[in-house]
Amino acid sequence: MTLFLALGKAFLVGGLICLVGQILIDKTKLTPARILVLFVVLGVVLGAFHVYDPLIDWAEEGATIPLTGFGWALAKGTREAIEEDGLAGVLEGPLFSGAIGIMTAILSSLFVAFATRSKEK
Amino acid sequence: MSISKEDYARMTRRVSPRSPLWLDCLKAFLVGGAICCFAQALVEGLFRLGVSRDNAKTLAMMTLIVLTALLTALGWFDRIAKHGGAGTAVPITGFANAMVSPTLESKAEGFILGAAAQMFSIAGPVIVYGCSAAAVYGLIYYFLRK
Repeated sequence: MTLFLALGKAFLVGGLICLVGQILIDKTKLTPARILVLFVVLGVVLGAFHVYDPLIDWAEEGATIPLTGFGWALAKGTREAIEEDGLAGVLEGPLFSGAIGIMTAILSSLFVAFATRSKEK
Repeated sequence: MSISKEDYARMTRRVSPRSPLWLDCLKAFLVGGAICCFAQALVEGLFRLGVSRDNAKTLAMMTLIVLTALLTALGWFDRIAKHGGAGTAVPITGFANAMVSPTLESKAEGFILGAAAQMFSIAGPVIVYGCSAAAVYGLIYYFLRK
């Protein structure tokens, strides 16, 4: 039962965050690229004020997987790096906390680029 | 024949059929929700296999990125994204697709200035502004914390 509850909460929150993005795309002239930037920066701000934390606790992946969750992770990671290393953490934290996601995307992009044939122009 | 920008905008609006807002929103909700639900299912499964909660979440995110890369290469991602809209763009799948798709498209222009450079055409701004925002927050946090 708790399993279905966890899945339902992730579905609900993840879906609602995407719905907000869809309204922004349809109602404003924001391109998807700008939406991505906006959501990550928004996530950093919400993470900085600890507004996003309850959503992460309640919906887990529903809040983590949308790009606001990526921004939240950057803010959280930077805060933790500063606790650990002081002022150096300001520069260490951001890239370090995004590293696994960014590196996975870089390596899989390269892999499919090498593994597939060039598109005919 | 000269057409002003406003005229052109009006003409395209008349010609291109626009799906109703509620339908776009419903699809975005369902597709986005399904992606997050899939990630949650991965976390629950890995957790039951004895993986720590934090590691399970990292692995779920990595799985979504790798799957997006494969689906993009097969051409299936675009078909889902056409309906999903923000439902595929806003989750981490949108970020991964924004890296893989231009990489594949510009491969013909070479692997250095084509594929590798274009890999960051959309992801670059996301990383630049996301990390800069985090650094600014970090600086404020450093001086305001006790």
